[in-house]
Amino acid sequence: MIATLQIFLIISAALFSIGLLAALSRRHAIFILIGIEMMLAAANLNFIAFWQFSPVRAPQPVGVMFVIFTIAIAAAEAAVGLAMVIAVYRHFRTTNVDQLTRLKG
Amino acid sequence: MNSVAFAVIAIFTLVFAVAAATNPRLMHAALSFAVMFVGIAAFFFLLGAEFVGLVQIFVYVGAVAVLIVFTILLTRRDAEERHGFKWGGVVVAIGVFVGLVWAILKTNSLPTLPYLVKAVTVKEIGTTLMTQDVWPLMCVGVLLTAALIGALVLVMEDEP
Amino acid sequence: MRAEDVDQVFVHLKGWVLSFLVGHVPDWLVQIASSLLNIAMLLGVFLTLFALMSVFERKILGRIQNRYGPNRVGPFGLFQPVADGIKMLIKEDIVPARADKVVHFLAPIGMAAAAILALGVIPYGNNMTAFVIDGGILFFFAVGSTTELAVFMAGWGSNNKFSLLGAMRAIAQMISYELPLIITVLPVVMVVGSLNPDKIVHAQKYYHFGFVPNWFVLTPWGATAFILFFVSGLVESNRTPFDVPEGESEIVAGHMTEYSGFKYATFFMAEYLGMFAVSGLAVTLFLGGWHAPLPWLGFIPSYVWFFAKLSVLLFVFIWVRGTLPRIRVDHMMNFAWKFMLPMAFTCFVSAAVWHYNGRRLSGWLWSFAIIAIVYVTLSLLLDTRRKFAPRTYRFAE
Repeated sequence: MIATLQIFLIISAALFSIGLLAALSRRHAIFILIGIEMMLAAANLNFIAFWQFSPVRAPQPVGVMFVIFTIAIAAAEAAVGLAMVIAVYRHFRTTNVDQLTRLKG
Repeated sequence: MNSVAFAVIAIFTLVFAVAAATNPRLMHAALSFAVMFVGIAAFFFLLGAEFVGLVQIFVYVGAVAVLIVFTILLTRRDAEERHGFKWGGVVVAIGVFVGLVWAILKTNSLPTLPYLVKAVTVKEIGTTLMTQDVWPLMCVGVLLTAALIGALVLVMEDEP
Repeated sequence: MRAEDVDQVFVHLKGWVLSFLVGHVPDWLVQIASSLLNIAMLLGVFLTLFALMSVFERKILGRIQNRYGPNRVGPFGLFQPVADGIKMLIKEDIVPARADKVVHFLAPIGMAAAAILALGVIPYGNNMTAFVIDGGILFFFAVGSTTELAVFMAGWGSNNKFSLLGAMRAIAQMISYELPLIITVLPVVMVVGSLNPDKIVHAQKYYHFGFVPNWFVLTPWGATAFILFFVSGLVESNRTPFDVPEGESEIVAGHMTEYSGFKYATFFMAEYLGMFAVSGLAVTLFLGGWHAPLPWLGFIPSYVWFFAKLSVLLFVFIWVRGTLPRIRVDHMMNFAWKFMLPMAFTCFVSAAVWHYNGRRLSGWLWSFAIIAIVYVTLSLLLDTRRKFAPRTYRFAE
């Protein structure tokens, strides 16, 4: 098996689907975050793979730049998301997203 | 050798990803999540983007995973009880996966170049960050500051 | 035999061993053999150093406290680590009944693996870096940051209040002091223009006036950064006076409470290896790596210089342990965020000023002035000697 672009893309698709599964199936708020992070990681893998296999070599490492910014934004998203989980837990005493049905506290 | 390494890393990453997504024990799932990111970082190493792999480990294993386990700890009363599991998500995920694989295999315009690592140096990344991408960098700085303050405000306890 | 041959003896030895393989086996096998040789060498050297350190630490501590220290096993008690090792190996391995078995088992492994990986990127001598990578410094910190997760696994997996409290304390202090640790490295990276440890060592090669080495510790920002780095290193390796996570008079042994036998020994080893790694990085970044302090001492092999500098730093580690009492946990946190972090940023600014003044005397004086002003201001602002108030407690809910 030679590592080609297709195989990287398939791995990344699998990772994305697993993330989607975690985000859709699990009812715990933290797992939804984990699923989103996984999907972002899959997208990062795609960026790097396309950058590495692109036939024309751009002077700037564009794919790498994209991934660096994505990681920074994903980290910010995780921090805010987890802070929200904690705030929600303080208020409703649960982190199950199915039980959070009221918009008003 | 690279294909062997590739297969090993792929299996490693996907196994831990599945564990992170489906393990009913919260803490084990969160730790599998951290290990999965080591696998993804290994992919980045294979693809010649060492810097990104290291940043990935640094940010995800060092910071985000610690945040997640702390959140689990702080919401622990909830961690023990059973949460539901929707089987609809599995169907959707499998559907999306099949669709994506079909699309990937059907596309003819994908470059079928041989695997040749063109590594990127830290210097190149730094130069690009400071010249072409300096405005996005500033925006990310502002965004991170805002996220930091926002997270703090969210979890701050109300004054009694 | 010329000085260069002595200097490169280990490099030549490795090349000689590998020359038996070249041509007989595929190339990737030679690569793997080369890596395995590096790993074996690294482990051999540092586990020996760990054994020596454990006995010398006890002896020096004994001297500081006016007693002998271990002197029964072997000549001058030098075989003490062997006896300790045997004791650790034949002890019963106890796992608590309600523990999370997998996590409990994996925690010491993760900790030791991180410490050993971090040792890989440090240049121990001329051409003697086990793992050459473009972003070596980043690798060091990336690997080091996984230690936090291992500590947490130990605390959580033990299912014990003291373990969890110890782990929380350890993680809190590690995260707080990781910031000054990394930010004090940045001036060096900025001045050299590379994240590669070999290039950082190379940048400190020259001598001013023929005898003053071009080490970064001899500039004002470098000296400040070195001290801050060293203190942060003390905290990161959980050494006294910052051994709050395992303060035995408060929370038994912190996250290591439920560990016994060989797993405990692994934790112990990981802590020492982490200490070697931080000291090694301090030598690389600020103390000129493997370069001789005086140009005419260059005939002594590079690795001897590296390990001499490392031993001096390790001695200071022991000395501090024998001298200072443990710091209270809130004082430690205040110190990190109110003093260490601003000072670390000041080093950054000061290094920039030094660089843009052409690295001459005027830049030297300007950067010194900046650091002095910030230091005096901070110490005036943070002075609490006259502000004693009744202590307030805030309990966990």
